Amino acid sequence: MADYRKMWEDLGMDLETHDLLCEALPQAFGDVYLSQTNRPEGMSYYNFVVSEIHGVRPAELIEAQKKGVKVFGTFCLYVPDEVVFAAGGIATGLCGGSQFWVPAGEKVLPAAVCPLIKASVGARLNRTCPFFSLADIFIGETTCDGKKKAWEILSQDAPVYVMDLPQQKRAKDVAAWADEIRAFLAKTEEVTGNKVTAESLAAAIQLINGKRKALRRLYGFRKLPNPPISGKDCLLISQIAFYDDPTRFTEMTNKLCDELEQRVKDGVGVYGKNDKRLLFTGTPMAIPNWKMHHVAETEGAAVVGEEACTGIRYFDNLVDESQTTLDGMIDALAQRYMKINCACFTPNSARVDDIKRYVKEYHADGVVDINLKFCTLYDVEGYTVEKELKEAGIPVLGLETDYNDEDAAQLRTRIGAFLEMLKA
Amino acid sequence: MYLGIDMGSTAAKAVLLAADGREVLRREVLPAGWNSADTAAAMRGKLEALGYDLSAAKVVATGYGRVSIPYADAAVTEISCHGRGVSRLFGRDCTVLDIGGQDTKIISLKNGKVRDFRMNDKCAAGTGRFLEVMANTLGVTLEALFGLAEKGGGVRISSLCTVFAESEIVSLAGSGRSREDIAYGVCESIVEKVSALCGRHTADDIYFISGGLCESGYLRRRFAETLKAEVFSAPEARYAGALGAAILASEMEG
Repeated sequence: MADYRKMWEDLGMDLETHDLLCEALPQAFGDVYLSQTNRPEGMSYYNFVVSEIHGVRPAELIEAQKKGVKVFGTFCLYVPDEVVFAAGGIATGLCGGSQFWVPAGEKVLPAAVCPLIKASVGARLNRTCPFFSLADIFIGETTCDGKKKAWEILSQDAPVYVMDLPQQKRAKDVAAWADEIRAFLAKTEEVTGNKVTAESLAAAIQLINGKRKALRRLYGFRKLPNPPISGKDCLLISQIAFYDDPTRFTEMTNKLCDELEQRVKDGVGVYGKNDKRLLFTGTPMAIPNWKMHHVAETEGAAVVGEEACTGIRYFDNLVDESQTTLDGMIDALAQRYMKINCACFTPNSARVDDIKRYVKEYHADGVVDINLKFCTLYDVEGYTVEKELKEAGIPVLGLETDYNDEDAAQLRTRIGAFLEMLKA
Repeated sequence: MYLGIDMGSTAAKAVLLAADGREVLRREVLPAGWNSADTAAAMRGKLEALGYDLSAAKVVATGYGRVSIPYADAAVTEISCHGRGVSRLFGRDCTVLDIGGQDTKIISLKNGKVRDFRMNDKCAAGTGRFLEVMANTLGVTLEALFGLAEKGGGVRISSLCTVFAESEIVSLAGSGRSREDIAYGVCESIVEKVSALCGRHTADDIYFISGGLCESGYLRRRFAETLKAEVFSAPEARYAGALGAAILASEMEG
């Protein structure tokens, strides 16, 4: 990594502790990613982004801030990036995916809170993530009880704005979400000092749709009989989508897809003939959480899709681009975002329909439903997911895990047994 | 010959099958020891000392130490091996309960194959380890624990965590509860937790207990009463995982 110590120091970060993270990451990335053979050349861009994860992008954001641009830190798929970019701001995803930040989070949060929340709060409070240190404002949402209360704690340390997501999907809930987006738009105008216009919002909708289309194109390759790219690599790209510059990300991902097209023509695939195809479902896998993909793909599985925020949910629906008025666009945004099927909604039967559809589209042999420890919503919903999939004749394995690596052997046994069962 | 080794967390089990893949030549058990590779070497040494020439034997390893056996030709998970072993021993489709030292497995067998399985959460509650720790605290062997439990009653161990349950037992003893009553509470805790795990599973009406707890008639009876189903076992069921591994070795190509 280039030398970013001055920048980190200026951000008020705890350099000594942060060094430990910087030392651990290359080893982990090397073990999980660089050990793969036959990777597409286009992955070198994403390798670079990870190798400079706390350097190159934060430096860009700080440069933008020097020109007066505001950075909005977000934690959830429901927060519309389009509005931030339309106001001349930059949105960047912030979910923490490493055990490294959990102990700091546990200083202020109960132990029985999901690791994603603990890591996210911990990363801010112990000053070991430049993204958390540089963001001008944090945008929370009401997607679970743990997060709702965590925002209150985070707001004691940084400016936080919370969007109120409805819990049902009736017409009045979609309308309520449109109102929330309007209020958020006013907030982005206040923070940036810029006016959101029909033109700027239309451009931002196109920008973010472009990113979704690129990811959709990428995931299309995973539906093929022998995908030209690993599930692990696709997960990494999905994770980077949250915080990379959207224009560059879209360009690089489309470039990678061009290479993948050529690979398909040349008959190049990354999996073995007998590898079973798994669809992962459940809670998000924030960077650098690569644990389950690594276990599965080194046990002889092909992970062909993720029904998760870091996966298909992120790009599955596009925003209608035919609207011309600001109000029309905001309604279109609300409609698109309310199509995401998160376990925070009740009922949420459309999620099971999604999973069944993805099983068909991605030709999955089985589903692994993975829940982060203490995520009550996905854990409780897991019962219904398993039941309905089994009734539909789809083999499913439910797993619970966190960011620790100590259960790797147990997860290996469970995934290994599931694959043996699929092969028998 | 075909050798199956089940490297569990408390005991290593081996089953040696003859060239026909059916006749059981030998069953062996050794304490797990600290190092799986050492225990595996000791197991091989023991079988060779008995006069079996293993140089041409196909070997399949299973259990949590399955990847640490240098002379194994393949490693297969405990779930597939217990399924296979029980299928041979019992000959009927059923739900297998394997209460292992490290984890508890519930395996549905359909047409002799694993159709579905479930394992306990990653803690000692509901596993053989829980029983072991509690027996130690009471200062008795596992067999004696079941004997005591049969004569006891009225105690409920409420802690989900093995460590807390241990201190709960200490306070129960301090308050004058008999060892019989406490042993009863310990066994009920296991029966309750494992039965709950079965409940989330697709329930069959026939169960089969494999693994180290196969010989406790008391546990089998309590499971039958709690699950309201027939519960079978067999003395050889302790070796079901190793047997399954040996059967899989006999089916290996080449």
